[in-house]
Amino acid sequence: MLPEIGQFTLILACVLSFLQMVYPLYGVQTGHQGAIRSARILTILQFIAVAFSFAILAYSFLINDFTIGYIATNSNSAMPWYFRLSAVWGAHEGSLLLWVFLLSGWSIAVALMSKRLPIESVARVLAVLGLLSFGFYLFVILTSNPFERTLPYFPIDGRDLNPLLQDFGLVIHPPMLYMGYVGFSVAFAFAIAALLEGRLDSAWAKWSRPWTMAAWVFLTVGIALGSWWAYYELGWGGWWFWDPVENASFMPWLAGTALIHSLAVSEKRGVFKSWTVLLALSAFSLSLLGTFLVRSGVLVSVHAFASDPTRGLFILGFLVLVIGGSLLLYAIQASKVKSRGRYELASRESMLLINNILLIAALIVVLLGTLLPLVHKEIGLGSISIGEPFFNRMFTILIVPFSLFLGVGSLFRWKRQQLNDLKKPLSLILILSVLSTIAFLFVFAPFLTWLAVLGTFLGFWIIVAVVYEIYLRSTHRHAFSKGVMKLGNSHWAMSLGHLGLAVIIIGITMTQNFSIEKDIKLAVGDHITFEHYDFHFDQVKPLNGPNYTGTVGIFTVKQDQKQIAVMKAEKRLYTVQRMPMTEAAIDAGITRDLYIAMGEQLPDGAWAVRIYYKPFIRWIWLGPLIMAFGGILMMCDRRYRSKKENADQDPMTTDKEGTENA
Amino acid sequence: MLNKRRVLTLLVPFIIFIIGAVLLATPLLKGSDPSKLDSALVGQTVPAFTLQDIYDENKQYDASIFKGQKMLLNVWATWCPTCYAEHTYLNKLAKQGLYIVGMNYKDNRKKAIRWLNDLNDPYQISLFDQNGMLGMDLGVYGAPETFLIDSKGIIQYRHVGDLNEKVWNDKLLAIYEGME
Amino acid sequence: MNPRRKKRLLITSSLIAGLSLAIGLTLYALQQNIDLFYTPNEILNGKNETGEKPEIGQRLRIGGMVLNGSVQRNPESLKVSFDLIDNKAGQVTVYFDGILPDLFREGQGIVAQGVLKSENSIEAFEVLAKHDEEYMPPEVAEALKGMEHLKTESELAK
Repeated sequence: MLPEIGQFTLILACVLSFLQMVYPLYGVQTGHQGAIRSARILTILQFIAVAFSFAILAYSFLINDFTIGYIATNSNSAMPWYFRLSAVWGAHEGSLLLWVFLLSGWSIAVALMSKRLPIESVARVLAVLGLLSFGFYLFVILTSNPFERTLPYFPIDGRDLNPLLQDFGLVIHPPMLYMGYVGFSVAFAFAIAALLEGRLDSAWAKWSRPWTMAAWVFLTVGIALGSWWAYYELGWGGWWFWDPVENASFMPWLAGTALIHSLAVSEKRGVFKSWTVLLALSAFSLSLLGTFLVRSGVLVSVHAFASDPTRGLFILGFLVLVIGGSLLLYAIQASKVKSRGRYELASRESMLLINNILLIAALIVVLLGTLLPLVHKEIGLGSISIGEPFFNRMFTILIVPFSLFLGVGSLFRWKRQQLNDLKKPLSLILILSVLSTIAFLFVFAPFLTWLAVLGTFLGFWIIVAVVYEIYLRSTHRHAFSKGVMKLGNSHWAMSLGHLGLAVIIIGITMTQNFSIEKDIKLAVGDHITFEHYDFHFDQVKPLNGPNYTGTVGIFTVKQDQKQIAVMKAEKRLYTVQRMPMTEAAIDAGITRDLYIAMGEQLPDGAWAVRIYYKPFIRWIWLGPLIMAFGGILMMCDRRYRSKKENADQDPMTTDKEGTENA
Repeated sequence: MLNKRRVLTLLVPFIIFIIGAVLLATPLLKGSDPSKLDSALVGQTVPAFTLQDIYDENKQYDASIFKGQKMLLNVWATWCPTCYAEHTYLNKLAKQGLYIVGMNYKDNRKKAIRWLNDLNDPYQISLFDQNGMLGMDLGVYGAPETFLIDSKGIIQYRHVGDLNEKVWNDKLLAIYEGME
Repeated sequence: MNPRRKKRLLITSSLIAGLSLAIGLTLYALQQNIDLFYTPNEILNGKNETGEKPEIGQRLRIGGMVLNGSVQRNPESLKVSFDLIDNKAGQVTVYFDGILPDLFREGQGIVAQGVLKSENSIEAFEVLAKHDEEYMPPEVAEALKGMEHLKTESELAK
């Protein structure tokens, strides 16, 4: 009975989202106040309905209701409860339900937290969100119903969740990522509403900013989690593979990053407006594209869509409608927008323009690398794959100007910067960052490569520039200790965002240049030594988990004769799906990870073992966390909360905030 | 007019998008041709193989078992919930006198035997395809699947998904009746 | 030219310059990093689409099924070799030094990335069996028609 109720509330939510789309728009057109106000109520009702539906699916997973086909194929009674819960979004149907659930979560957030906005604008924004929800509800209900029953004959037990997904990282990674994807729908809806209204002003940019930032924070954390998960779960020790699924999440991130920067310019200076709108449309469109690529199976496997091409076609149709429609609207409406601000070539505006150009170039690189194999095949030239070296080389090239401009960019003034004034600070930053690079490499690098020097330098260039800029701002009118307290949240947000990038750059540089990876044959009792570490293969023990069996290899690690860790690398066999899995043993540290993964057992009883030494790899995930923290700080800025807006700001703080660009 | 030119410039993203959409739609529309999936072996004989009997490791079969009479080849596994659902109907068909060969696919022998003992065994012959070799040759991409094979050993039809009264009466029965 | 126009021109031209630089670099990098995908048969007889045969020393990807009984290991190290076949007549030997993926088994479809060593052998630097990558290019599936099996293995929700 419960699943039928879930199905019913899902359909109810679909109907409500349709009303949420139509009724407020009608109200705005005719000036009918009741219809305009209904937007909020309908959004709330829609959220309640879909939340109910989602809760029922989750509950059915928890109680092992295998009469539901989706649960029977993706769960098993032997799985612990938390994996049964995360199995809700373990495959296609459930993750789409999660998607619509989150979308309505963002909608209700907009409905409840935008009391200051003119009610007509809210109605328009919610109507656009209603349209998006409606499309996805139709998709779920028509092609991917998670509540479909297997009655009258249902299995005694389920087929188990894919073992790769039975992991803590996968419990939180997809919801985070989806929060990011879906969150860009709010920026999208704001942009469309503004286009419909024909009013693209600073107020629009100001409203969009915190929402865009929130989505960006989620996406950042989501991507970092995915990378971390791939690192420890796939057993290869890699942290980014440039595979289409990863690229699909990276593209909206690049567009989103460009967007939060260009929104800042639009808000402060009233320029770049039509460009900002285009970015807002793109960020969400790329999220949709990512969903399409992953869900339609166009890139994944020929069979995934041969079995059900309707899904792919449905999303594509929806994509054409939403993206095509919005771009058409953009072409017509944005042409009426006039930028009012003026700026010189040497100015903060130009710096941010360069930032945007480089980010978009990176985006094009990823898009090209992801879609080109498809095109190549379509035009009859045969199948190709584009190797990691392509992406790596392109990003190595792009990151150089990006970091250099990023370092100096925040020193530029709006409108006009006398380049002569920058000579002194720039030479100071250059000297300090060169010195830090030398010191850092002297301590941590076993040898030197050009790329290592370059990467470390770029990282420190940013760090020194950010710190120097904070110093300059703080001492602008006060003593440092007093001035530093006066810096606004937004300013800290920008600094943290940039520091996060520097941390990532240093992490990647160190990991890529100084990792030691050994695939070797080891028998119990053998040992291997490198980088002052001695790995001793102690023993192999059998392993018994709830839904898997296997073996565990135990290693003692000594550094200069002192035992520093006992590492247990597991080899699991998931019994239901008969799928082997490698669970790597990781000894994590701030300056290095040790990583052991068991390969196969060789005919003579010895084991193939991967032993890795990965310096600074944690920094790759630490960086995004710092960035995300910065984003959260910015959302907490009082400008986005206080009712009185600018009225109560003294000239001092206005000046401070005028300088941030995060 | 300046404005017109502006509109044209701003139309560029839209045009790029439409080209992209057409590009993405092509493989999808091509891939949606269902005959492509099914035609691989229809009209051909079952590929050569040697497989053990599910109950008896020492007993082996080859492709000659598919000749001599028309029959159903059913691919199943204990890990497949839909197979559980269709099993009752297979028993019913077997009672009506249909000759059904079962192929246990990528499975565990013990579990499979227990399943057959518990749920009744509708199969005249039960092949055990542990590593999916024959399944591979047949182009099976999941379970359950059912093949209709005529008396010359030629595959006449391939059904993907569960077999039930409706599917049998609406589709398969006519083909089965028409086979020699 | 008034200053506003001048500025516009500067911005537009820098935009175009940046874009074309990006495109140029991209195409250059692409040219060196496109790995064509071959089936064993295509290695021996040329690609189906173009009839082109790979040259010795070329980087490529190959997808096929590991021939039963062809896996040979060096007892001293992790060096291993095996033969790949497809649904046509091709048979190509792959040499690899490293750890084979969990799902590597005889009779299993795999993809290897490496360099063509002789007319019918490949020195691989990466061997992938299905679940190590969520991404299985459609062409592999096509070449191995029938080697793709359980839906769950391809329906990774990432």
